[in-house]
Amino acid sequence: MTAPANALEFASVRSTTLHSPIWTVARRDLLLAVRRRVDALLPLGFFIVAAGLFPLGVGPEPQTLRQIAPGVVWVCALLAAMLSVMQMFASDEHDGSLEQMLLAPQPLVLLVAGKVFANWLSTGLPLVLAAPVLGVVFDMSAPGIAALVFGLLIGTPVLSLLGAMGAALTLGLRSGGALVFLLVLPLTIPTLIFGAGAVVAVEGGMSAQAHFSVMGALLIFTTLGAPWATAAALRISLD
Amino acid sequence: MRDPATASSQATIKAPMKANSVRWSTFAAPSRFYALAGKLVPWFWAVTAIFAAAGLFIGFAIAPADFQQGNSYRIIFIHVPAAWMSMLVYLVMAFWAVWGWAFNTRLASMYARALAPTGALFTFTALWTGALWGKPTWGTWWVWDARLTSEFILLLLYLGYIALTEAIDDARRAANAGALLALVGVVNVPIIYFSVRWWNTLHQGATISATSAPKMASIMLTALLLMTVAFWAYSFAMALTRARAIVLEQEADTEWVRRLATTKKG
Repeated sequence: MTAPANALEFASVRSTTLHSPIWTVARRDLLLAVRRRVDALLPLGFFIVAAGLFPLGVGPEPQTLRQIAPGVVWVCALLAAMLSVMQMFASDEHDGSLEQMLLAPQPLVLLVAGKVFANWLSTGLPLVLAAPVLGVVFDMSAPGIAALVFGLLIGTPVLSLLGAMGAALTLGLRSGGALVFLLVLPLTIPTLIFGAGAVVAVEGGMSAQAHFSVMGALLIFTTLGAPWATAAALRISLD
Repeated sequence: MRDPATASSQATIKAPMKANSVRWSTFAAPSRFYALAGKLVPWFWAVTAIFAAAGLFIGFAIAPADFQQGNSYRIIFIHVPAAWMSMLVYLVMAFWAVWGWAFNTRLASMYARALAPTGALFTFTALWTGALWGKPTWGTWWVWDARLTSEFILLLLYLGYIALTEAIDDARRAANAGALLALVGVVNVPIIYFSVRWWNTLHQGATISATSAPKMASIMLTALLLMTVAFWAYSFAMALTRARAIVLEQEADTEWVRRLATTKKG
């Protein structure tokens, strides 16, 4: 069955467990991402290149690299996530399907959640999977790499959620791209602090349970709040 | 066609005002706000000048030197009021921005936009004076503890709000987008306030609380409160002045603004 293309087709979609609004929109976005693989993998490319520049700039001394690794990887993940959300709503707005989503009878919050989920699967999850490679490049210990990967696993959804809100607020603006960075990065600072802090704690031999608990709380809090804020932002931007 | 004289008297009969009360919502009209603000601004500047002079005099000339820090503590009379105002102005700005978004009133959003630069300046002042104070006392200009970090995030939130509202050309979309952003950032203000209680921070804990006696000498407290009132009056003076400018800018194609422009010229 083809994904719904306008409000009428959205209305005809039955709300069964498989065809719930979130999954419908997520499937559509994932299909589009698969067809435009380069667009989806560009943030990953940026992530690897940017993080890879640091050893070249700072020098190959392993002790220094091990020290800066958590921060560098996390900051590059943040920047890559901001890159990935910039175009989240742009193509839909361009061809008119975003307006159809606003007019659809399904709650906009769920449609937005579907888009964010697809965005995370296509751009955030690759960052998580690429992190061990960077961990090796920076000569991190195995527990450190594990903490980094787990932190990114629960942190990158937060980045996608907050980034979606920023993208919705700056929809269609001339300076939209740079503005998303300025608006969203301050909100992602707690995730950065606890994510990098978890790796530092583990590499120092301590438990990162507190850090992961706070990050889990941030994930829950953001999952509950950000789709609503993004839906409100879309209505502001398009009306 | 109704004769204008009877039409206006009928209009007054339709909306009678109670003899001794003011309908405050009349000042939600940009033209009436413009007039009222114009009359109030000089008074707020006067209050600012008087209280600032008193506060600085007591703080720098009369209050004794601190037994631990010597004279370097005196920056507290600028640092603390600026920090308090930075948080208060953000809350007020978010309040008016959300009010404007919820009730679709233009002036509330204009006032929120007027508050933002003042709040950003207070935040910057708090951070800057804090750094100047930290160097002789803590031995460092900056440390990434919870309070300093969250105050820095507050500065970024202010700058983000200003950037977003300036980047959008349509006034209504700019106001509502800014309101959403301000609302999302409100969660940062309690974090700043309670950070010294929740975390082990280099920044000291609360000396003044609403529920117990202050832990500082009363003459220092007096100077501090005088400076706080001065900064509060300054906020009003600046916000009202800026709001008047924003009103003129956004209402430029209305009759009363055009009349203002021509009478000023003539």
